[in-house]
Amino acid sequence: MSTVTVPAPRAGRAARPTGSSTDNSRLLAWTTVNTVIIVVSIVPVLWLLSLSFKTPASIPDSHFIPRHWTLENYRGIFGTSLFTRALLNSIGIALISTFLAVLLASMAAYAVARLRFPGKTVLVGFALLISVFPQISLVNPLFNLWRELGLFDTWPGLIIPYLTFGLPLGIYTLSAFFREIPWDLEKAAQVDGATPYQAFVKVIAPLAAPGMVTTAILVFIQCWNDFVFAISLTSTNRSRTVPAAIAFFSGASQFAQPIGSIAAAAVIITIPIILFVLFFQRRIVAGLTSGAVKG
Amino acid sequence: MTTAAPPVEPASPAGRHKKGETAPLSEGARAERRLGLMLCAPAVIVMAAVTLYPVGYAIYLSLERYDLRFPNASKFVGFANYGTVLSSPIWWQAFLVTFIITIASVAVEFVLGMALAFVMHRAIVGRGLVRTFILIPYGIVTVVAAYGWKYAWTPDTGYLANLLPSGNAPLTHHVSGLAVIILAEIWKTTPFMALLLLAGMALVPEELLRAARVDGATAWQRFTKIMLPLMKPAILVALLFRTLDAFRVFDNIYVLTSGANNTRSVSILGYDNLFTALNLGVGSAVSILLFITVAILAFLFIKIFGAAAPGQEVD
Repeated sequence: MSTVTVPAPRAGRAARPTGSSTDNSRLLAWTTVNTVIIVVSIVPVLWLLSLSFKTPASIPDSHFIPRHWTLENYRGIFGTSLFTRALLNSIGIALISTFLAVLLASMAAYAVARLRFPGKTVLVGFALLISVFPQISLVNPLFNLWRELGLFDTWPGLIIPYLTFGLPLGIYTLSAFFREIPWDLEKAAQVDGATPYQAFVKVIAPLAAPGMVTTAILVFIQCWNDFVFAISLTSTNRSRTVPAAIAFFSGASQFAQPIGSIAAAAVIITIPIILFVLFFQRRIVAGLTSGAVKG
Repeated sequence: MTTAAPPVEPASPAGRHKKGETAPLSEGARAERRLGLMLCAPAVIVMAAVTLYPVGYAIYLSLERYDLRFPNASKFVGFANYGTVLSSPIWWQAFLVTFIITIASVAVEFVLGMALAFVMHRAIVGRGLVRTFILIPYGIVTVVAAYGWKYAWTPDTGYLANLLPSGNAPLTHHVSGLAVIILAEIWKTTPFMALLLLAGMALVPEELLRAARVDGATAWQRFTKIMLPLMKPAILVALLFRTLDAFRVFDNIYVLTSGANNTRSVSILGYDNLFTALNLGVGSAVSILLFITVAILAFLFIKIFGAAAPGQEVD
């Protein structure tokens, strides 16, 4: 791995007064530590990736690199509505919940960050309470309520609880971002002759956009991740999301080899997470910490 | 951009009130209040409708005898369901398991998270790379990660189980099953802990550490006497969030052991009571007891340890 690329310590190679051999060994030490961290972070995922490309017969061989490659597992899951419909449900439900949560949360966060009004502390405390609320405590009553209201096993039946748990996250993250925006620029633009609409669209919106994108990513990940509501408030393909559908693969008879299918499905729903992490690493870190620890 | 004009105007009075101002509300301040309440209303209504009402309903259900197989035989039974739950060894076993998972995973995560934060703070190479990779455990769907661990620790499908003496299936025993669950929790959530601690670490002034070093403080003394006290707010928030999150552990157990061999957590117990035993009354009582426990934990953190609730106004 990357440790190999670090040059071996050679004394006096660089013309630095303090021995560069210490520098090099420090470099080596850090590279080793980093390598260990990186390996531990991705090995469980790589194992699923490996299983997903293995033929049923070669699954028990415990080789990290498959000896017999196959795409059969992927063809299998994409050939059944059990998975494709669940994928559609996952994407649709997560996107709609995220959109609604960011919309409502930015209104509330704007108020929390900029305006003085009574009950602000109560709102923030209430949001905190919800963000640590045990989801299972809602499952019992929602299960009964949704059956009475006809929301059981529908998209809104999942969107509503996802929105509820997305809102506290959204309000925290966005109000931290909104506090940092130099709102006076809006006034300045108006003094320079911009209409309030122009001032908002050309000055404030571009400044607020990064925070909203970050928040949307965090909320999307949270919705994409949910399992408790997904297995409790759905019963069929109509609204079952992928994490819940995977759990039902095991018993499904149309899968000759559920391990390969589960691994393939797991890999597919990990792709968006990997893309987010690769392209928005900085934003995700900033968003995660801004709401919780005020700098 | 054409609009990048410098802020020539003094700050608008509306947004800049001083705390403790006692003058009667001006027209502008009243308009601001109205706007603030209106902007918050939709979010508050949604959050309240989906939590307060169902919690109230759950309290009502928990006082009923309500078996989904005999919905017409429902009747008010007072606190009988709570009696059933609290006198049941199954509840206390689940409570103990949840407690062990919470304490063990949060304790290990704290130590590992601190080390990880330190690496990200001090590393001379590859900081961005490490940050990118540790976000994978954070972002990955818990159920997916759980399957990764499940197959890893199952003989015939795994690389880790094969490292053990043959015939060992860790997921089929109580202690080793719990250990795997705790390991999966730690792997998934240490990055979150580390990032929160890193944010706190970044606030410790470098000069202070350098001064202590000049005065002869050892690395350990600098850590315990300077860094830890200054990081206290960040540490408490990280511990608060993770403890309450760990206490509702569900996904990992559902996939890894399905609660077999006494590895059921309180959340799994609540789920089983509803969907396996079909007993809505007892299930609701479990839900309410879990909710009360979490509320007590949050209260303890905020009141006794003095954790500042995030987002709290600190002027």
